[in-house]
Amino acid sequence: MLSTEDDILRAAEAWRHEGRSVALATVIETWGSAPRPVGSHLLIDADGLFLGSVSGGCVEGDVITEALDVIGDGRPRTLEFGVADETAWRVGLSCGGRIRIFVERVD
Amino acid sequence: MRLDTLTALNAERAARRPVLLVTDPADGRQRLVRDHEIDADPLAPFLRECLASGRSGLIADAEGRSLFIAVHAPPVRVVAVGAVHITQALVPIAAQLGLDLTVIDPRTAFAAPERFPGVRLIAEWPDMALEAVGLDAYTALLALTHDPKIDDPALITALRARCAYVGALGSRKTHARRVERLRQAGFDEDTIARIHAPIGLDIGAVSPAEIALAILAQLVATLRQGRIAARAGA
Repeated sequence: MLSTEDDILRAAEAWRHEGRSVALATVIETWGSAPRPVGSHLLIDADGLFLGSVSGGCVEGDVITEALDVIGDGRPRTLEFGVADETAWRVGLSCGGRIRIFVERVD
Repeated sequence: MRLDTLTALNAERAARRPVLLVTDPADGRQRLVRDHEIDADPLAPFLRECLASGRSGLIADAEGRSLFIAVHAPPVRVVAVGAVHITQALVPIAAQLGLDLTVIDPRTAFAAPERFPGVRLIAEWPDMALEAVGLDAYTALLALTHDPKIDDPALITALRARCAYVGALGSRKTHARRVERLRQAGFDEDTIARIHAPIGLDIGAVSPAEIALAILAQLVATLRQGRIAARAGA
């Protein structure tokens, strides 16, 4: 039952109440064939445990790495992934789409 | 996101009230806009459009800032009044479409758990059962019993609750008599016209499964009418 966006946001609240440091990643824009729709979430804690998905597995590793920095300094970041942007990011989306992801700490 | 914002967001969703979260990705500032706060909001036209289409996305505000609007509309529920053969055929299709289904029928022989394994089943009269279910603008009501004693109270409750979709099984002749009863109950023509009757898209359906398909196709078309209108205008 943890597959819907609703459950991710409830889990975010629950994780914070457990005292865990948490970052929330959200797909805010997609171009072309993107694997997950706008509004999809990935929830990450300070140990790198995660729930949900923003790309179906293609870029989660890099989002988690960035999320740990966000948890560290509290500064939100916007990340962009896609084959058209390979100079900026070493990972890409095999489907050829592009996505923009907003990562924020849950304070 | 502040924890109190997240808590308030989850509380609105748990209460099945639509809510929008506006985020400035540049600095992470956020605010929650509840349904009743939309009209007074400076972004009201954008918020209304996002809510109507059910789609989250980036918009540019008056100062040219790019803002992300996340739409949290309650998931659509389907309430079928009548635990009949067509309703049994509806179960797997509704599940595939991600529609949460509740079945109501006061006739316990129809509302037997053996006939509806794994489905939320309420063997009570609609006026009692619907009060417990709580109809709203994100609920679809299907009146499928052919019995005015059961269907009429359900339809009346659904029209008053401004349900997203209201449909009633029965021939045109049956519906004409139903319309007359609703007029006498004080409903105006516009309100009565919100009932899809005979229920379902006209695909020449014969079997219960085909009728179930026609009903759910019409329901999806109603829920997605924003997309249909956008294409027609483009």
